[in-house]
Amino acid sequence: MNLRNIGIVYHKELVDSLRDRRTVISMIVVPLLLMPLLTIGMGALSLTLVDQARKETPRVMILGGADSPGVIAELQQLKDVEVVPANPDFAEEISNKEIRAAVEIPKGFEAKLAAGETSTVKIYMYEGELKSGFGADRLQRFFRELRDRTIREHLEARQLPLSLVRPFDIEQKNVAPPEKVGGAILGGLVPYFVILLCLTGAMYPAMDLTAGEKERGTIETILCSPVSRTHLVLGKFLMVLTASIATAILTITSMAVSFGAGKKLLLGVTQGEADAALQITITGKAMISIFFIVLPLAVFFSASLLALSLFAKSFKEAQSYISPLMIVAVLPAVAAILPGVELSPALALVPVLNTSLVSKEIITGTYQWNLIALIFLSSSVYAVAALAIAVKLFQREDVLFRT
Amino acid sequence: MIEAHHLVKRFRDRKRGTVRAVNGVSFCCRPGEIYGLLGANGAGKTTTLRMLATILAPSEGTATVAGYDVVKDPQTVRSRVGFLSTATALYGRLSAQEMVEYFGRLHGLDESTLRRRIDDIFTRLEMNDFRDRRCDKLSTGMKQKVSIARTLVHDPSVMIFDEPTVGLDVMAARTIVGFIRECRDHGKTVVFSTHVMSEVEKLCDHIGIIHDGKLLAEGTLPDLRARYGIQDLETLFVRVVEP
Repeated sequence: MNLRNIGIVYHKELVDSLRDRRTVISMIVVPLLLMPLLTIGMGALSLTLVDQARKETPRVMILGGADSPGVIAELQQLKDVEVVPANPDFAEEISNKEIRAAVEIPKGFEAKLAAGETSTVKIYMYEGELKSGFGADRLQRFFRELRDRTIREHLEARQLPLSLVRPFDIEQKNVAPPEKVGGAILGGLVPYFVILLCLTGAMYPAMDLTAGEKERGTIETILCSPVSRTHLVLGKFLMVLTASIATAILTITSMAVSFGAGKKLLLGVTQGEADAALQITITGKAMISIFFIVLPLAVFFSASLLALSLFAKSFKEAQSYISPLMIVAVLPAVAAILPGVELSPALALVPVLNTSLVSKEIITGTYQWNLIALIFLSSSVYAVAALAIAVKLFQREDVLFRT
Repeated sequence: MIEAHHLVKRFRDRKRGTVRAVNGVSFCCRPGEIYGLLGANGAGKTTTLRMLATILAPSEGTATVAGYDVVKDPQTVRSRVGFLSTATALYGRLSAQEMVEYFGRLHGLDESTLRRRIDDIFTRLEMNDFRDRRCDKLSTGMKQKVSIARTLVHDPSVMIFDEPTVGLDVMAARTIVGFIRECRDHGKTVVFSTHVMSEVEKLCDHIGIIHDGKLLAEGTLPDLRARYGIQDLETLFVRVVEP
């Protein structure tokens, strides 16, 4: 093994690739721009939208209640809702977002309240529509308060304690550290992006260094040099791996910085209202662990992409081979986000899915060392096998000179 | 020195089955000589030369190039050979100098020798003006010069040219022809393939007419003319391949 020759090939490919706009975009620009855009941009956008929805005074309609003037008057006095005149087409108006919600007060509501009889107040809303939800919530809060007040008055009149209707309270408290809470929510997303970008980072250089060389006619030039074909392909492979790892590192770093900055920025916007989804903290230990666990996967991707595109005659043909691979590789990464998919010894052998699952665990601070070792080992085996195939293919004349 | 012994190259073709692209070609070319392989498209010229340059391995037979066997010692053969063809393109994103440097390093030259060689070649071929320009920004003639510099950087004793003038304009083709002649004058062993009769007449000491993978006739130009009693090379060629 002549390391000098591999180094010369690698150095040339690195210089060459860094001058290729497509490689630079996929390796550097995408991770550096995509992450802040996704986290800060999308986060800020959604928070602003929620904020706007919350600030809007919902228009609501009161149906019926002619015999309950007290309740109607109280509703009309509410500062944060705008009561509009009743209309039989209320359902349509809600659907058309002309009003946010409507409340139907049953006949003899106040009389029944006084008599201690039960009745049902109906609130109509547009399910899943944020602003309608806020309007309905406001109405519900009003009637809940009215119910509590009525209960209190009834109890007081009979000189009974409040604990009669509320013998105990229930309080739900989170004991998991904040990183685990955040991890459970966003933990699956982080490895998904890292794995996806690891693949896309390697894609262009892999195609450029093989099918691209065939297309541009430089493959025969390089084959004239006295360097062995194994050294050539290893030099090329190292370049593809560099692109893959650089993309992954830039992604993780950019993600950590974006989350940090995003938390400050966004929480400032919503006046310190702690949003659970933003409670994510990626520790240094987790970042390093993810790097090492993703490394064999990056080798596997780089070698597989190199082998696949080596087989292609042109850049275009290589793209048509690689596009399906994207889906094959991304599906297991997506599967890891699904709730209930847990790491097991069997899943530790499934490429991509294993790395995705273990990264998710690492982010939540869980380290199952025996499974981590198994995943590292199995991923390494796949990586070495893919690299061996790439090296073997590079020796074959029918692949190099495929017409 | 090049000695080819019964070189055979078989390819598997999906439609035609096994094809013998080269079928038992033997010839010899000495230092200070130019050997021209003359043949139509698909005659087996490129495959023969690729085997001599060890880009392809022979299916049968062998050849010694600069004293080394192409089958047993392909890497050493490549370090003694300069190979140029229209298919050997340049790396567009490297500058002219980087391109030549890259190949110099791959040939194991140390940095001081490399620097000296590059200065010498770039001055000789008048390439200093576009030394730092990227190869994809060069004119065809400039590109040809960079390719020549690339084949010369390790000072090979054997030069192999595969249809080096195809697709070139008159000026660029002249540069190549002049360069081939210069190689012979420097005592190098030169093999080149072409289907341009005038190039053969201008350059070759020995000619081999190749057709359907077989070497059908061989000798100096006066020899062949005397043997077939035909002065015009084109007529002679047609006579050999279509008896």
